[in-house]
Amino acid sequence: MAIVQLKDICKQFDGGEANAVDHFDLTTRDGEFVVLVGPSGCGKTTTMRMIAGLEEISKGELWIGDRNVDGIPAKDRDIAMVFQSYALYPHMSVRENMAFSLKLKKRPKAEITKAVNDAAEILGIQNLLDRKPKALSGGQRQRVALGRAIVRQPQVFLMDEPLSNLDAKMRVEMRAEIVKLHRKLGVTTFYVTHDQVEAMTMGQRIVVMRDGYIQQIDAPNALYERPVNMFVAGFIGTPSMNFLKARVDDASQRLIGEGFSIAMEKAHETALANHLGREVWAGVRPEHLDLVTDANAGTTDNQLTGTVEVIEPLGAVTIVQVRVGEHIVTAELDSHTSLAMGDPAALTCDSHKLHLFDAASEKTLLETSDSGKRTTGDAKTTTA
Amino acid sequence: MNRMSWPAKLGMNILAWLIAVLMFFPIFWLLLTSFKTNALAASRTPAFFFSPTIAGYVNAIVDNAYVHYLINSCISAIGSTLICMALAIPAAYSMVFRRSKYTDSTLLWMLSTKMLPPVGVLIPIYIVYKDLHLLDSVWGLVLIFAAMNLPIVVWLLYTYFKDIPEAIIEAADIDGASLLTKLVRILVPLTLPGLLSTGLLAVVLAWNEAFWAINLTNVHGATLAVFVSGFKSARGQYWASMSAASVLSVLPILIAGWFTQRQLVRGLTFGAVK
Repeated sequence: MAIVQLKDICKQFDGGEANAVDHFDLTTRDGEFVVLVGPSGCGKTTTMRMIAGLEEISKGELWIGDRNVDGIPAKDRDIAMVFQSYALYPHMSVRENMAFSLKLKKRPKAEITKAVNDAAEILGIQNLLDRKPKALSGGQRQRVALGRAIVRQPQVFLMDEPLSNLDAKMRVEMRAEIVKLHRKLGVTTFYVTHDQVEAMTMGQRIVVMRDGYIQQIDAPNALYERPVNMFVAGFIGTPSMNFLKARVDDASQRLIGEGFSIAMEKAHETALANHLGREVWAGVRPEHLDLVTDANAGTTDNQLTGTVEVIEPLGAVTIVQVRVGEHIVTAELDSHTSLAMGDPAALTCDSHKLHLFDAASEKTLLETSDSGKRTTGDAKTTTA
Repeated sequence: MNRMSWPAKLGMNILAWLIAVLMFFPIFWLLLTSFKTNALAASRTPAFFFSPTIAGYVNAIVDNAYVHYLINSCISAIGSTLICMALAIPAAYSMVFRRSKYTDSTLLWMLSTKMLPPVGVLIPIYIVYKDLHLLDSVWGLVLIFAAMNLPIVVWLLYTYFKDIPEAIIEAADIDGASLLTKLVRILVPLTLPGLLSTGLLAVVLAWNEAFWAINLTNVHGATLAVFVSGFKSARGQYWASMSAASVLSVLPILIAGWFTQRQLVRGLTFGAVK
């Protein structure tokens, strides 16, 4: 177990113009589960490969525990990695796969056998030990790959999209299993994924990346409740947050746009003090929208009105897309809604849960958590 | 394929047999001649039925020291192949897993050396060999055969190694494997069919090599190629003896090929189906 420190790390590939990873700065807690998430090409895998020692660091320092590991080869970093493709040795049995690293370290036979058996027991693969990887299912291979990582009792686990080759059901199962495993072993873990659901469910802290820059580092709930910019706001949560271009109306103290009018809260007034009469982005999550019905019509303010374009019943809820002015607004409604396509619809939102972003920089105008403020790459966050 | 009408099928069959007979006939004739007497072999009317004799074989083995040449052929073919593999495995490894911007051009350059006519470098090599006292030495042939086969072997191994996912090598890196461990315990076992068929190909190429063998060796280091060509004498061609010698020089490699054909086919199609 160890604290991992990434100090202002940059990575530039040969011939590449921009940095693949730009000024990455992060200190983990001991035994923390950190998820790196972002769209493909955002630098998350490159960052992990630099921690592993498979990729050189162009600039910055990397500390694992009390060692600066810059220049130390992968095999001496005391880390274990789980690959997306599992990367099991096809010609070795499961037992040999798991024992390989210990054998290379010339550990006594009895110790190796015990370590392999213990790991196999934790993962429930005792009965597979004499099989070759070819004879295993995807989920079993994944377990073996995890087993190979844990027999070594490394200081840090690195997992590079380990679940993306599994089917949906298996993925949910293994997700829980990895979280349990982490709780049991308490080893500092870096986990790379492009799936925000995986990130939210597994990470103690999540690093959201885009174009090589860290957008926000925060706990899952903080990311959801206090995103620092429109990218994070749109990336975290499904369905994605709705963004509406709104004018801050000084006289009525409301946010007004075509088809909607939302009252400003106290908190908004200070945030919008410098934006009076100007345009901002208002963000509303689909789950914070509700249908205006005869029953609540009198009591609701903050209405968004338009016509229903798409209805997607999911069983538990129904996702409805409503055209409000020039915007398509997605709302997560009660599954018993009687709306039909083409119907006029009025939605109401909880203005306490409204997000506000600067129209130009797309950064939040609301208070953020302390850790959330540590964002870099201003230039990059201005473009959507 | 089954939609062909029967006359077409018959025609295809006859054509296939004709081609097969046409290709096999010289070998058949060689085998037949090897059991004739020299007089019968030289006769103008081809003889298919005759009382066979092994005089040609006796002549080749006893009078012309066949075994001496056989041993030299074995040493030069196997020795050169071992050297070739020892050099090509690390070379191909670095080309696949330690790529640089020069890798592609290096590969192409290596292959392009095969386009050079060997006779173009015969004189310089001859002089170098003379100074190094490698003329008429089987070890001289080992070296030249290894050099001759190296480009093609590197190229083949390169294609085999390319099929190995890089993540497996990286996993070995993280597991603590040294370069040698990665080669010996990961890469070689994973590409063994390919390595074996490549090795076999190198052995065959070295075994059949005649140009360098004839020009650089005479007696001591001479291989079966020199042995066979020795039957072409100033006193005329001894067809029967020469045929027997040819059969004897082809036979070992034919037998080796027969025993390894499964391996060979597996190696050549290795990686084609994942």
